[in-house]
Amino acid sequence: MSSPILRLVAQRILLGLVLLFAVSVLIFAGTQILPGDVAQAILGQSATPEALANLREQLGLNDPAWLRYMHWLWGILHGDFGTAQSSGLDIASSIGTRLKNTLFLAACAAIVAVPLAVVLGLIAVRYRNGFVDKLISGLALASTSFPEFFIGYVLIFVFAVHWQIFPSISTVDDSTPFLERLQAVVLPATALTLVVLAHMMRMTRAAILNVMQSAYIETAELKGLKPFDIIRKHAFPNAIAPVVNVVMLNLAYLIVGVVVVEVIFVYPGMGQYLVDHVAKRDVPVVQAVGLIFAAVYITLNIIADIAAIVANPRLRHPK
Amino acid sequence: MADTKANSGKLLDIRNLRIEATVYPPGEAPKTITLVHDVSLTLEKGKVLGLIGESGAGKSTIGLSSMAYGRGGVRITGGEVILNGRDILKVGPKGVRALRGREVCYVAQSAAAAFNPAHKLIDQVVEAAMLHGTATRAEAEKRAVALFKKLSLPNPETIGERYPHQVSGGQLQRVMTAMALCSEPDLIVFDEPTTALDVTTQIDVLAAIKDAIRDTHVAALYITHDLAVVAQVSDEIMVLRHGRLVEWGGTRQIIKEPRQEYTNALVSVHEIEHKEQQPGTTPFLSVKNVTAAYGGGHVKVLKNVSVDIYPGQTLAVVGESGSGKSTLARAITGLLPPEEGTVTFDGRPLANRLADRPKEDLRQLQMIYQMADVAMNPRQTVGTIIGRPLEFYFGMKGRERDKRVAELLDEIEMGKGFVDRYPAELSGGQKQRVCIARSLAAKPKLIICDEVTSALDPLVAHGILKLLLNLQQHEKVAYLFITHDLATVKSIADSIAVMYRGEVVRYGSKSKVLTPPFDAYTDLLLSSVPEMEIGWLEKAIKGRRMESAGN
Repeated sequence: MSSPILRLVAQRILLGLVLLFAVSVLIFAGTQILPGDVAQAILGQSATPEALANLREQLGLNDPAWLRYMHWLWGILHGDFGTAQSSGLDIASSIGTRLKNTLFLAACAAIVAVPLAVVLGLIAVRYRNGFVDKLISGLALASTSFPEFFIGYVLIFVFAVHWQIFPSISTVDDSTPFLERLQAVVLPATALTLVVLAHMMRMTRAAILNVMQSAYIETAELKGLKPFDIIRKHAFPNAIAPVVNVVMLNLAYLIVGVVVVEVIFVYPGMGQYLVDHVAKRDVPVVQAVGLIFAAVYITLNIIADIAAIVANPRLRHPK
Repeated sequence: MADTKANSGKLLDIRNLRIEATVYPPGEAPKTITLVHDVSLTLEKGKVLGLIGESGAGKSTIGLSSMAYGRGGVRITGGEVILNGRDILKVGPKGVRALRGREVCYVAQSAAAAFNPAHKLIDQVVEAAMLHGTATRAEAEKRAVALFKKLSLPNPETIGERYPHQVSGGQLQRVMTAMALCSEPDLIVFDEPTTALDVTTQIDVLAAIKDAIRDTHVAALYITHDLAVVAQVSDEIMVLRHGRLVEWGGTRQIIKEPRQEYTNALVSVHEIEHKEQQPGTTPFLSVKNVTAAYGGGHVKVLKNVSVDIYPGQTLAVVGESGSGKSTLARAITGLLPPEEGTVTFDGRPLANRLADRPKEDLRQLQMIYQMADVAMNPRQTVGTIIGRPLEFYFGMKGRERDKRVAELLDEIEMGKGFVDRYPAELSGGQKQRVCIARSLAAKPKLIICDEVTSALDPLVAHGILKLLLNLQQHEKVAYLFITHDLATVKSIADSIAVMYRGEVVRYGSKSKVLTPPFDAYTDLLLSSVPEMEIGWLEKAIKGRRMESAGN
């Protein structure tokens, strides 16, 4: 690795940190604008003014906003997200298990969806504008166009109710062994795969088709390479950057955007946790989950940027 | 491969080849046009046949048919292409793949675009040989290194480890030739392999290709629009026009005793008699000690350049790519503000930055570019394009503007019928004429012509040069004529500035600059221009005093 690459990568990581910091300010400020405060929320409408004043003093709510922000940030940097108002539980430990579940489900979906989307994209390019291409595009677009809950219920109806191969409820806990866990997420992971497949497949197809116009594709053709080898060996390496970008966006979606699927399959992930606590107006939890989701987005996009930098031979091997 | 087929030494036999394509003209129904009309040719083993003609003559299309390949939507619809004793139009996709890269290899015009930027050179060079099983990886690499050596590439052992962007254009072109030779084919199709190179680099690559052809006994189809180049490498020459055969004969016969009028037009030297004008007393535009740089002063591309331009005269700026010719134009127009030095116009200094110049100054300096088609808005008609400066600089409107547009069209020898046409409907030469009319519309004192004839066929370029000279006489406009082509310079210039690596190495009136004794660089430039004479290449290489910069 040469220095320009290291510099660019360091630059991206630094930018990501700055961005994350800015998001934390935004999240904190956003919750400050909401009417009412934490003391009011905890004690309810019928609280006496004395009790409210006492609790505010106790929670440090009388401090200026920037000081409370610093306390909050300092706690997060030390792994302390505070306690949930509604249940009094430590947020960090409740999130820990749920984040693990969410990542597991997302990973299962991604391991199937990403290679499948790329390979389907390659095949679509090979038979471009032909029957196979149209079939792949049509099916992928159809699966994306159906709402997630519809796909989820169809899967439950076919595989859980009719054939009874997989469970319809994907409840897992810390003691669930790996294989059982895997069996539990088959249906939600399939639903998610069907949702994200088309986007990545279409992008792969478009990026490679763009490269297929290049003169070096003609060179490869005139060397006598098979059409699929040309796409795999000569076109795909030059289309990696846009493909990685859209893959990362979809991975981010798999982690932060799966509320509906989690609810349908009763899967204890981050999405359900967030929705529950939004309903309860539990501000500390919403802040914590919001920040984690932002971190996931930013991290994945940094990875996409770095992959695009590393995939460029001009940056990897300067003159 | 060569030993398996005996066919009385005939390697390639193309009979009545017909090639068609479907075009989609805007606003009309798609129609089929014929690109090649029943052309036949034969090529013996180890011989070189030059295919020459202007763009649209079908020479590349015919060349690629020897690999059963049609570029874009091009279809081979008739005739036979017999290679090594069989018709390759009838062998099916698998049979075609088996011959491409093994029996016939291809060298493209732009090696920079034809190499995959994502892979090392060596991987691409040995790919075909390994794919067809003619060599193991180790054998193929050994062969490649030997070829790199033969083509006199620097560091032949290690150059293959580089990526395409790490190697210069002239070197890449030689690596591409090595790539074609690596699978030891019977035939190589060279498609304008030196056209994109500087003259000084072209001569090296040409010599390398010629040596390689001689030593490996490979047969070749050499496609080019430059007769002087093809005369150096070919045994026979075939002249094509509009997809039809014009004349086919031995190299000596074609260039010495052409039988067809069209061949004669190609062969005859296109020098325009242009009497040099003596510089007047005061130049209207002076560039004084200008230094300019890109990247915030890091890359100096112009070093202390001073030139003068006199009213109604032409200053030609010549040099290789990267010598700073176009940068000089950018500095004069204010697109790249100089770091040091001044540009004076009519006795007063011009603002360095384009944004600081008044409209009147902008009007006085106009530009014409190499790529006429990208210099025009494809969605505007010719009338709108030429009318725009009239509205912008003179506030002309309606009938007055239309009248002036018609006059300008007349001046560029195009009729009124072109007013409503779109750029896509014009030929390359017509497009460049419209660009000239647009710049004239501003009634400037100076037009900067940046390689305006480089993308055009010789005969069309000839017409453009004549037009420019005529216009100069009528309109008393001066030209700053940027070019790498010395023949053009001789036809149009009054004074010449030779540039090399950002500096003016020779400057003066045309007769002075082109009269010996020459400095080493001017000598190299002059001696590198191909001449239509058999054996010129060897003589030129022997007589050289310095190596080309190889940019």
